[in-house]
Amino acid sequence: MGVGGFFTSKLDEAIGWARKYSIFQYPFVTACCGMEYMATACSHYDIDRFGAGLPRFSPRQADVLFVVGTISHKMAPVLKRIYDQMTEPKWVVAFGVCTCTGGFYDNYATVMGIDTIIPVDIYIPGCPPRPESVIDGLMKLQDKITAQVQRY
Amino acid sequence: MAQTTRREFMLGEGSGTGGGPQNLHVGVGPAHPAMHGIIRIVTELDGETLVKADVEIGYLHRAFEKDCEQGGWNNAIPFTDRLNYVSPLINNFGYASAVEKLLDIDVTERCKYIRVIMSEISRICDHLTCVGASAMELGAFTVFLYMIKAREFLWELVEDVTGARLTISYGRVGGVKADLPEGFADKTLHAFKQTREVLDEVHRLLTGNRIFMDRMVGVGALSREETVGYAITGPLLRAVGVPYDVRRAQPYYVYDRLEFEIPTQKDGDNYSRYLVRMAEMEQSMRIAEQALAAIPSGPINVDFEGRPIDPAAYVDRGKQGKTEGLLLIPITLSPNLQGQQRAAYGRVNVEDKRVVLPPKETAYGSIEGLMNHFMLIMEGYGIRPPAGEAYFPVEGANGELGFYVVSDGSDRPYRVRCRPPCLPPLAALHRMIVGEMVADMIPTFGSVNMIGGELDR
Amino acid sequence: MAILDELRRRFGDAIVETDEHRGDLTAVVARDALLAVLAHCRHEAALAFDVLMDLTAVDYQKFPGREDGPRFEVVYHLYSIARNHRLRLKVRVDEDDAHVPTAMTLWPIANWLEREVWDMFGVRFDGHPDLRRLLLYEEFVGHPLRKDYPINRRQPLIGPAS
Repeated sequence: MGVGGFFTSKLDEAIGWARKYSIFQYPFVTACCGMEYMATACSHYDIDRFGAGLPRFSPRQADVLFVVGTISHKMAPVLKRIYDQMTEPKWVVAFGVCTCTGGFYDNYATVMGIDTIIPVDIYIPGCPPRPESVIDGLMKLQDKITAQVQRY
Repeated sequence: MAQTTRREFMLGEGSGTGGGPQNLHVGVGPAHPAMHGIIRIVTELDGETLVKADVEIGYLHRAFEKDCEQGGWNNAIPFTDRLNYVSPLINNFGYASAVEKLLDIDVTERCKYIRVIMSEISRICDHLTCVGASAMELGAFTVFLYMIKAREFLWELVEDVTGARLTISYGRVGGVKADLPEGFADKTLHAFKQTREVLDEVHRLLTGNRIFMDRMVGVGALSREETVGYAITGPLLRAVGVPYDVRRAQPYYVYDRLEFEIPTQKDGDNYSRYLVRMAEMEQSMRIAEQALAAIPSGPINVDFEGRPIDPAAYVDRGKQGKTEGLLLIPITLSPNLQGQQRAAYGRVNVEDKRVVLPPKETAYGSIEGLMNHFMLIMEGYGIRPPAGEAYFPVEGANGELGFYVVSDGSDRPYRVRCRPPCLPPLAALHRMIVGEMVADMIPTFGSVNMIGGELDR
Repeated sequence: MAILDELRRRFGDAIVETDEHRGDLTAVVARDALLAVLAHCRHEAALAFDVLMDLTAVDYQKFPGREDGPRFEVVYHLYSIARNHRLRLKVRVDEDDAHVPTAMTLWPIANWLEREVWDMFGVRFDGHPDLRRLLLYEEFVGHPLRKDYPINRRQPLIGPAS
């Protein structure tokens, strides 16, 4: 590895470090998990400590799509469109078991996991996940952001 | 229709092109930044005034009613949690009571009190979330933080009792999952004290706040006739001055023995709804405090020498097969989530072999108990209400929450129908927002407290 | 019971069946008389059912002993705020003739509730101005709460089918 390679990998690290602490999330809240999302975002659990305190309610200004709650077949095209509207770099967190696999809603109305529609980076299981596991998932996402090759 | 220029299309009436009025069609939702729920409102705007609105729901349809038909009668309880996920306890009890009505069983006194206390705690959580979220949408973020803080105090109580914060699955046909834990009354009173402080603060922040009042007073009003015609119940009905409350009109559990007021307002606008909700939280705390003071503890089980029975040792003996003499003692233990580590009060759940699992020591200790357990658990057996139907209403946080259950005599519900208290206000939403400004849609939508799980089921 | 007696006296044969079970009053009404009975319940001062609490349906296709009878039962739950009493009205319809008159003129809430029944059961409401699906999407084929609709037959708009 030459000087150039050394330089890029250090730059990657620096950018990754910066990105992991400025997560602007788009909470795509549909169902029950939203209540735990509120609890996580508010003062008791305070995800601001992890640099993810500011939800952006516009997909174009967000880096991380939090899909919070059951996605029905009626809602699926909306989710896809919002994902497409987000600008790179972007990550997706599946919040709650309904978004991971469909959960116990194995029926005609529910999408069996959002990864059948959009790519997912982090899965947080639980029905709904406790704030502690949400924070754990968020930290895993931060690790992933730092470790990956940065596109800029 | 005359050809319109692009500018005219974008700006509508008054854009200066002389093309006459042009209404603008705007789709709001289903994922809208200022709405905490997924519905779509297709609006037609004249300038900034809404002239037409078509509300579309169903984005969270999860086939609740179909799912309930798949498993046993108790298996529907986790699905009821996720109807109104802000106050799941009330749903649990409403459903359980409907099935109990079908079976014609009366739950025990202690269980009724537990259900009342937990329902009221749930109701406070619901109102806290509703007021907090709709205040946040008007920019009062502090209120939201305070309200969620208060809700966290109450959720800690719920977690103590049920083991979960949100999706608690605590109700059972014939009773509840577990008894109240030790020291619950003191913790509750402490949490209520903290909640009252928060409510005081919120009152000071909002009730006389100029901005808040400008956005809420006179906005989103619905007349008394229309409110009744649209079958709206709960805080929205009480905000137009009709003091209808299932807890008072057709008392269930022990509500007829507890003192409480039904707060009403006259105007039926968003501000009245806010005031009703704030007053109801205080009343709920009052009910829960009275119930905590009056809850019967029941006898503590004692053995032949008059010492309190240590349930753990009792179960251990049963497991080892030393059942001799065990069944002579009338068994009334009911475990709570702390396990069987303390002397328990008289049973919380009804002693009805058709619906309630036998205590563990009986299941381990006697063949009858084992058979009983088997008959309730095995596929094809389980709870089997007689063929028939029943409708049981309870007062949910948003209004009358009714469960209509139909049984064909088998171990699975033939049909479970939930009468969602959220649906009528949403059906009338277009009547509340048409003729007002676009921005007024947000507080009105906040004040109807739409809960997706219950609305779309 | 007084309510059921009164209905029987007034409508005679149009009240097919009455029943009081666990305190719930139920009357099964012939379809032709449904609108008249509903209007009577709504406007008669002694009944004054000003709230249509719920409107739903039940599919009796697989109910033991009723497989051959009329398939659907449309169920109205009425409540009166002034009198504080309740009544359940039911009307039976066959599958190939599944339509009942709309109650929208009496209670505006019937609009959405009837749309839901159409969506879930495929029972039509005559005179309803806007009988669209309420919960599902227009592309959906079939009526999921019918007993012969398999619970996991998915009809996705995008993405894989299973």
